[in-house]
Amino acid sequence: MITGKAVYETVVGLEVHAQLLTRTKLFCGCPSSYGAEPNTLVCPVCLGLPGSLPVLNREAAGMAVLLGLAFGCSISNRSVFARKNYFYPDCPKNYQISMYENPLCTNGTAIIGENGRRVGIERIHLEEDAAKLIHDDNGASLVDFNRCGIPLAEIVTRPDLRSGKEAADFMIGLRQIMRYLGICDGNMEEGSMRCDVNVSIRTEGSASYGTRTEIKNLNSFRAIEAGIEFEIERQKELLSSGRKVIQVTNLWDASGKRLVAMRGKEEAYDYRYFPEPDLLPLVLDETLVEDAAKRMPELPDPKKMRFQEEYGLSAYDSDVLTSEKGVADYFERAAALAQDPKTVCNWVMREVLGEMKRTGVTMARFPVAPESLAELVILVKDGTISGRAGREVFLEMSATGCAAAEGMKRLGLEQISAPEKLEEYVSEVLRENAPVVERYRRGEGKLIGFLVGEVMKKSGGRADPHAVNELLSRKL
Amino acid sequence: MQPLTSYSISRLQEMFARGTVGPVEVVRAYLDEIDSKEGAVRAFIETSPDQAIERAKRLERLDPKEYPLYGVPVAIKDNICTSHLHTTCASKILAGYTPPYDATAVSRLLDAGAVLMGKTNLDEFAMGSSTENSAFKITRNPWNTDCTPGGSSGGSAAAVAAGMVPVALGSDTGGSIRQPAAFCGVVGMKGSYGRVSRYGLVAFASSFDQIGPVTRDVMDCAIVMKVISGHDAMDSTTLPGNGNDMLGSIDKGIAGLKVAIPAGMSGWGMDEDVRHSMDDTVKFLETSGARVSQVELPDMDVSMACYYVLANAEASSNLARFDGVKYGYRAEAATLSGMYRASRGEGFGEEVKRRILLGTYVLSSGYYDAYYLKAQNVRKMIRARFQDVFDEIDIIAMPTTPTPAFGIGEKVDDPVAMYMSDIFTTGANIAGIPAISIPAGLSREGLPIGMQLIAGAGREALLLGAAGALEKNCRFRERCLPDPRRWGV
Repeated sequence: MITGKAVYETVVGLEVHAQLLTRTKLFCGCPSSYGAEPNTLVCPVCLGLPGSLPVLNREAAGMAVLLGLAFGCSISNRSVFARKNYFYPDCPKNYQISMYENPLCTNGTAIIGENGRRVGIERIHLEEDAAKLIHDDNGASLVDFNRCGIPLAEIVTRPDLRSGKEAADFMIGLRQIMRYLGICDGNMEEGSMRCDVNVSIRTEGSASYGTRTEIKNLNSFRAIEAGIEFEIERQKELLSSGRKVIQVTNLWDASGKRLVAMRGKEEAYDYRYFPEPDLLPLVLDETLVEDAAKRMPELPDPKKMRFQEEYGLSAYDSDVLTSEKGVADYFERAAALAQDPKTVCNWVMREVLGEMKRTGVTMARFPVAPESLAELVILVKDGTISGRAGREVFLEMSATGCAAAEGMKRLGLEQISAPEKLEEYVSEVLRENAPVVERYRRGEGKLIGFLVGEVMKKSGGRADPHAVNELLSRKL
Repeated sequence: MQPLTSYSISRLQEMFARGTVGPVEVVRAYLDEIDSKEGAVRAFIETSPDQAIERAKRLERLDPKEYPLYGVPVAIKDNICTSHLHTTCASKILAGYTPPYDATAVSRLLDAGAVLMGKTNLDEFAMGSSTENSAFKITRNPWNTDCTPGGSSGGSAAAVAAGMVPVALGSDTGGSIRQPAAFCGVVGMKGSYGRVSRYGLVAFASSFDQIGPVTRDVMDCAIVMKVISGHDAMDSTTLPGNGNDMLGSIDKGIAGLKVAIPAGMSGWGMDEDVRHSMDDTVKFLETSGARVSQVELPDMDVSMACYYVLANAEASSNLARFDGVKYGYRAEAATLSGMYRASRGEGFGEEVKRRILLGTYVLSSGYYDAYYLKAQNVRKMIRARFQDVFDEIDIIAMPTTPTPAFGIGEKVDDPVAMYMSDIFTTGANIAGIPAISIPAGLSREGLPIGMQLIAGAGREALLLGAAGALEKNCRFRERCLPDPRRWGV
């Protein structure tokens, strides 16, 4: 009899497909863009018409190399395209051009999560995307070939992930890096980044792997985590009750939070891979890879460290500012111009990111340029306007796209620090609040705050509070 | 006066330039030939007389001197895409299909001023050696209509042999231009792999396929090769350069060239008349100043095995796209896989299905290493062997086929016997090297015998020069012409 409950370890490996942001498709000159009328971005090549031949788009190879380098992969100087043969209406040639035995990138490492877990990248290769199938209400299936032939980078991890959370963390990190590299927009809901997972469990400490199952159709980070956790529980139940895990492919149904069996092992395809005779091997000379390495932007982790060291920002602030390359660039540009990284950091963290979140506008389209933000920060710093007024000006800038000085003028918010004008406000307030003045003089020192407030009110918030404070102290 | 349909390309060009004749007149003369002979020869799947006349009329407004193939009628094998004519591959599965684009070789012909006369018959998807595997008709050999024209470019070879067109395009995967050219007494050539773009050639075996010309003489062949050759941005496997030097050695002859004859030819089941022809060729070579030697070539049986494993593997994948979903023949069925099965089962002929099955088998998990991979290694060895040979010598000379044309129906029930008619030609496809067949004489039954010359990769000009010299010696066209009585005219 089993007395104690067995302790299981989760083993997860991912296969990620990322659509590359090339101008044209992988093997023809059709634009690789979305949203066009169905079957308008097609030609004999991506339709796989008889007699047509693929010609490699080298831009896609460059992007895959960049991704490989970001994970420290070795880049093959000779990779080979292969045909993966299977019949399905989304695949017009009934074979997909992919890579099999000699992929472009191998043996990399990703670092994920807060404690910096290392996850092996087994390979990254190029392949063509399939067409999109649309099933209508009458039981017919329609095929839109616009997506067919869009370049995909397939990223295959080693079975190094230990939970659904880690799998989701990996995907978040991968998306961040691909966005930094500008090679994929990483939108899982729209399918520009897709993920199939392999899940198995084993008794902790075991060196061998258990039988794995595959889950497809995981189209959000949440779905990845939930789908994997669901499957782990299912497998645990099976093993705990003395049953076996059977190799299957399941589809995740996010609405019902359940798995739907797609095919079993006996239905597994024999893809009959063989080298694609229509394409020459992809030969990359060393200088090309070195050039790509030189063009490699600073990646999120090193950037985060640098922000802490160079600007003295907190780990949290650095993390938030580097989550997107656009935001990090924005911050650095404004910080350099305003010569005050910490203040700029506060503005970006609170105002800029707040506005972006509120309006849903991306960094690329954010109406306040970093130059304008720097200008505003300087205006506040040198006392031209108060901090509170500054925030109003910022909202005006964000709404209309105007410059800081212009926004200030439009709102009539120039700070008043001219002594004559301030003197006038102060005298009026002292006259109108004689009883308070009396109490202050008898020792209720904190009432000065009330008086400063009154002056500020009179000035419509435009008076320089420091100057007002000073003047009041003198007069009292 | 000589009939208009007898002139060579260069002679026609002179006449056009002088204005003694116009394209419409020439095209009409060839259309008349097609009209009178097609009933007996059955070379065409489709002819396009109205389009041809229209085009000839448009050409009359242009300057002949600017177009190397001005007004030259050409026929196109029906596995090469034409945007204004059907392209069926002689298969039920593509009946009625018109591609939305022209193959690169076709657009180069058109840009050079050629006039398309129609699409010629072939073995379905170029799979066969007799043009009997066509879903539409059986083409007959103009020299004896009881014989096959060879294949798979049998329609192209027969059309040129019968004088219905001066030029036709064929495709050669294992000998499909040279073998029918030999059977029909015409010139047929395939260049080095990658010399002519495959864009628009419906793929049979991608790493072997080449488009090439079928013509009446070597000079015409060189002129057409020059037009259709050259790098193509649409085909990554094309060679660099424009292939412009096809005519560079055309008058150089054969003196001083090192020519090798394969050793052990007696063991290849060669017909006696073919052997005589070969002996005559060797005599000519020796007397014309070539340095003749013997050379050990890769084992022909091994070559055939290698070819049939690899070509069918590629074919099984290339032909997967014909599934009834997007174009071509579609059978109705209740399920998707049922529709696939029925469309392909009814749409493809027996030989095509046989090859798809063989190709699928050799790529299958568990058999890949034993068949596909081993054949790839054999291919590497054969290539290396040819490379070594061509380090020492310039040209290999040998018969194109072991026998002259065989009878219709004679080999249809014995696929292996049929395959063996390509035994001398597949080597050049495996190695990717240029080869040409020229008519060398007639058998006692009055059937043409073809002699094949093979050169090292990239040496088409040298090959054409040698072929020109051999042709001059054979005087085939002066001595022999198909008997018109056989066409019932």
